[in-house]
Amino acid sequence: MTDTTASLHRMARRRQAIHGWLLLSPALIMLGTFAFYPSLATLWTSLWSRGTRRRPSEFVGLENYERLFSDPTFREVAMNNLLYAGVTIPVSIILALTMALWANAKIPARAFVRTAYFTPTVLPMIAAANIWLFFYTPGFGVLDQIGGLFGAPSVNWLGQPETALWAVCIVTIWKESGFFMIFYLAALQTIPEDLREAARIEGASRWTYLRRVVLPLLMPTTIFVLVNALINSVKLIDHLFILTKGGPSDASKLILYYIWESAFAFFDAPSAAAMTVLVLIVLGLGAALQFRVLDRRTHYR
Amino acid sequence: MSWIVARIEAAMALLLAVIWIAPLIFAFWAAFHDVSDAIAFDLAAPWTLENFRTAWDGAPWLRYFLNSFLLVTSVLIGQFVLCTLAGFAFAQIDLPYKDTLFLLVLLQLFILPEVLIVENYAIAARLGLLDTILGIGAPYMASAFGIFLMRQTFKSVPRELDEAARVEGYGTVGVLWRVYVPAARPTYLAYALVSVSTHWNNFLWPLIVTNSDTTRPLTVGLSIFAAPENGVDISVISAATIMVIAPLLIAFILFQRRFVQAFLRAGIK
Repeated sequence: MTDTTASLHRMARRRQAIHGWLLLSPALIMLGTFAFYPSLATLWTSLWSRGTRRRPSEFVGLENYERLFSDPTFREVAMNNLLYAGVTIPVSIILALTMALWANAKIPARAFVRTAYFTPTVLPMIAAANIWLFFYTPGFGVLDQIGGLFGAPSVNWLGQPETALWAVCIVTIWKESGFFMIFYLAALQTIPEDLREAARIEGASRWTYLRRVVLPLLMPTTIFVLVNALINSVKLIDHLFILTKGGPSDASKLILYYIWESAFAFFDAPSAAAMTVLVLIVLGLGAALQFRVLDRRTHYR
Repeated sequence: MSWIVARIEAAMALLLAVIWIAPLIFAFWAAFHDVSDAIAFDLAAPWTLENFRTAWDGAPWLRYFLNSFLLVTSVLIGQFVLCTLAGFAFAQIDLPYKDTLFLLVLLQLFILPEVLIVENYAIAARLGLLDTILGIGAPYMASAFGIFLMRQTFKSVPRELDEAARVEGYGTVGVLWRVYVPAARPTYLAYALVSVSTHWNNFLWPLIVTNSDTTRPLTVGLSIFAAPENGVDISVISAATIMVIAPLLIAFILFQRRFVQAFLRAGIK
């Protein structure tokens, strides 16, 4: 009797396992095909030389990486991307937090304010770039015309190396700040009103309350937003195709754009693969950060 | 004293809102005006639909709209099916190595399809998916984010509902379909809004995979139309841009609360 229940039990378990694998397999096959296999293939490609018709590609170890690090264009592009991240991440986060604090306060026309902050988020990056093109165009662009009112000379914002990357950064900030705002807004709404009362009774100024109470409570949101902003600083490059195409003379070129260019314009797959591996390592570090923080959060609960 | 600060802050909030929305309003205004008036900032200039007529005749927009529509629909269907099945398995079925496997899936949150363009292009070529709508959508269908979202949702479904359905004689798939899917309706809605707006707006991968008007989505079509080589004037570009963003923008303005809620739900879980 117990023997049969045990074997029935085993059978039921095995049936469950088969069901489970059947349910998982479509997703796992797709993930394998379009995420895991290509990641490994990229690593593999990055270790081989670029084959030509005369010379088949051969295993070269880390030579592609060495070539990459001695390539002045790559160095410039990497520096550009660091600046891009260094500007867009903090500015977007600070703006998002400011927007959220304002959109959460009792101010007139609050609905309009919230909509205005958030709307750029729903636009495609390509559309945002087209809209901003009108602002940056030298001579008759909006910025030049406003500058002209104050007697400023015409500036070719996108056409000169000193300003092109900054112009690109502004579009990114415009696009992502409102998105990050909603996470802060949601987090702010979970902070109980009594805390503010208590702080006021204690005689704390609004600034102290913000710094000592609100900001620490928003920390998990900040980490979440930070990781997303980091991902965006790699991913958001669509506007380059419209605004600058990476120019002038690579001044606004970012890594993902350079990967695209290396692979599909210069047909240099090995160096594109080597860059991809480096990007994946950076994203992996971001992932580790988020997992660690999330892990700690669940321990607190 | 403090009311002055509050006033100033409200004014700054409003000012920032105006600055933030101004580019969009300006593009909208320019789209309805002759380019010479738009450049001259002539606010009294007459309104015109001429730019839209020129833009509409300049590219197969109807085809692009259809392509974008087919793209977001096929991605959504693929994501719903794959993520529902996998999310359910991860949430409710005992499997050896399940946790390790789940961690592996989560890894994909950071292996962005955008970054893997080179190898994914090679794979799409091998599978015969180049220049097809399916080829644009395929890398996004098994989304780790979607699997994670569905798993969280299915985990919160009360066990009793599951058992009651099993007593009535439903198998695994029957229980999933009768109990779990209906219970997850709000999550599906949120996920759909996020997915549709992401893929309606996506650009880099569609640009790489497509090379004909029969597959190009709106974003790629717009980028080709507005390329400086084409020499289209800025008012016509604005008109085309407004045309492309109109469906999503109108939907957003109508269902704003839903959208924001959807992004929040998708982000925080």
